[in-house]
Amino acid sequence: MGSVSTSHEMGLHEEQLAGRTQQMYFSATEDENFTYPWSYEVDFDKSAEFDAADMSISEINIKIRDLMKSGHGTITVQNPRAKHSLGVGILNRLNLKFEGSLGYFGCGLIDGPNVHITGRVGWSCAENMMAGTVVIEKNAGSLFGAAIRGGDLVCKGQAGARVGIDQKGGTIIVGGSVGAFTGFMMQRGRMIILGDTGDNLGDSMYDGTIYVAGKIASLGVDCVETELTDLDRKYLKGKLDLYGMEAPNGIDSIVKLTSGKQLWNYDNLEPTEKKLVL
Amino acid sequence: MCGIAGLIWKGGVTSDIGSEMTQMLQALKHRGPDSTGFALYGKGEEGVHVMRFKVAEQEEMKKGFDIHRRVIERKAEVDTRLEEMGAEVTAREEATEYAFRYHFKFGGNLKRLIDFIEDIDGVEILSVGKGLELIKDLGDATVVADQYRLKGFVGTHAIGHTRMATESDVDIRSAHPYWAYPFNDVSVVHNGQLTNYWTKRRDLERRGHRFMSNCDSELIAVYIADRIDQGEDLESAMRRSIDQLDGVFTYLVATSDQLGMAKDVMAAKPMVLYESDEFVGLASEEVAIRSIFPREIDTWDPYQGEVKVWAA
Repeated sequence: MGSVSTSHEMGLHEEQLAGRTQQMYFSATEDENFTYPWSYEVDFDKSAEFDAADMSISEINIKIRDLMKSGHGTITVQNPRAKHSLGVGILNRLNLKFEGSLGYFGCGLIDGPNVHITGRVGWSCAENMMAGTVVIEKNAGSLFGAAIRGGDLVCKGQAGARVGIDQKGGTIIVGGSVGAFTGFMMQRGRMIILGDTGDNLGDSMYDGTIYVAGKIASLGVDCVETELTDLDRKYLKGKLDLYGMEAPNGIDSIVKLTSGKQLWNYDNLEPTEKKLVL
Repeated sequence: MCGIAGLIWKGGVTSDIGSEMTQMLQALKHRGPDSTGFALYGKGEEGVHVMRFKVAEQEEMKKGFDIHRRVIERKAEVDTRLEEMGAEVTAREEATEYAFRYHFKFGGNLKRLIDFIEDIDGVEILSVGKGLELIKDLGDATVVADQYRLKGFVGTHAIGHTRMATESDVDIRSAHPYWAYPFNDVSVVHNGQLTNYWTKRRDLERRGHRFMSNCDSELIAVYIADRIDQGEDLESAMRRSIDQLDGVFTYLVATSDQLGMAKDVMAAKPMVLYESDEFVGLASEEVAIRSIFPREIDTWDPYQGEVKVWAA
C-alpha cells in the first residue's frame, strides 16, 4: 500500500518522541529520562521480607515503599490473603514476591518492577502496567491486564473474561483458558493464549495480535485469522521458553489473529458530511 | 454493587454456619453497607415448620404513629390466624421488637396459611421451611448477626448478601435473600441488575405469583419458584434463567439440600469459587472465602453462562 511508504518518507516511524507530560519535560536522548525523578534507587542484593497477615492494605503498600526508600531491591510479602490493591504504583526496578494470592487491582499502575505471585489474582491485575514483568503461578480473575501498555504479564493458570481489554502494548500470556470478550477493543501489543477461549474473541480490535493454541468458541466482529510466519514462531518460542511454558500441541498448531480493519473508518466522511463537501 | 456469598459442607457435615457466614459477609461489607441478609439451613425437625416473619419496617419503628402498640396487635393477629387455620405453634421467639421466629406443626395447605397471614397489614413472611431460616435487616453483618443471635447456628449450607441499594429503597423488604414463596426452603441472593424486570414481573404476576417489593432481585426468586412449580429441577431452571433473564447478574440459590450458582453470558459480575472434597465456598471477592480459610487455597472464576449445583 502506498500509504505505508508515504508515512516512512515522512519520517513518522523514526520520529524521536519529545515533549512534555503533565509533570515534566523530557527528551528521549537523555539517559536520566528512563527513570522517574521521584523513583527509588534500590539494590537487588539487599532483601527484606515481612508477614502481611494482620496488616491493612495501606500499611502493606507503605511498608513496601519504606523498604524501597531504604534501598531494598528484593522484597517478599508473606500471607497477602487476597487483599485488594497490593503492590500498586511502583515506578522503579524491584524484585517483588507475593507468597499467596492478591485480590482486585493487584500490581496496577506499575512501571518497572518484576513481580512474582505464587497464588491467584482477582479482577484487574496489572491494570495499566507500563513496563516490567508480573508472573502469576495460579489463576487470574476477569479484566486481566486491562489497558496494559508494556511489559510481560504471565498467568500460568486460567484467566476470567475480558483478558487484555483495551490492551495498548506489551505481552499477555495465559497458560490456560480465558473467558468471553478476550482482547475486546485491543489496540496494540500481543496476547498468547495456550488454552481455549470464550465467545467474541478480539471483538472490535483495532490492531495488535492474538495467538491462540486451544479451541476458539467464536470470533468477535472484525477479528480475522492470518498466517503464522517464521518470525511469529521465533517470537513465540522465545517468549514461552523465557517463562518455562509450552504450547500443548506445539508452536505450529497456534492460530494467529489480527484486526481485519474493516471498521477503520476514521478518514471517511459520514454520508451527510459528504453532501456538504460536494 | 452488592456482595454475595455462599457455602456448603458436603456429605451431610454440619458446622457453625452462622459464624462462618457472618465472617464472610463482614469481609464483603465494602461492597454494600446498607443491609445484610442470611439464609441459613439447619437440620430442622421432621414435621415442624420454621417461620421467620416481620410485622414492621425499621423506619416505621422510628416514625410510625403508635407503632409499638400496633406491632403487638399485628403479632396477636398472626397468632389468631395461625390458630384459626389449625396450625399448632410449638415455639415462639422474639428476635427484635418487630421480627419473630415461630415453630409450628401444620398439615393443611401451606400456601393458603401463608396468604392468610400476609393479608395482615404490615406483616411479611421472610421464610417458611423445615431447615431454612431467613434473616435480613439494616446494618452490617456483625450488627445483624448480634441482633438476631446467629453465631453458633449449626447447619449444612448458607447464602448471604450485603446490599448496596441501587434499584430500590433501603428497607428490609428490599433486602436479600429472597424466599421463593411459597416453596419450603428455597432462597436466592443476587448481585447485578435485571433489565427485563417489568416484562417478566407482569408475566409472573398474571400467573398468580406474589411480589413484596420493587427490587429486581426478587424476580429471580419468583422465577425459580415458578419453574419448580412447573416441575422443573433446580439446575435446569437455572440454565433456563440464563436465557430468560436480561441484564447482568450472578446469583446463588439454595434449597433444603442444594446450593447453586449462575452467571450471565457477559460475565459482568464477579464470583470466586473454592471447591474441596468437603466444602464449597463462593463469594464476590476472595477475601470473603479467606476470612474462614486463612491458609492458601486454590480458587478460580467461573466463566460466562455457567451454572453449577452442589448437594449438601
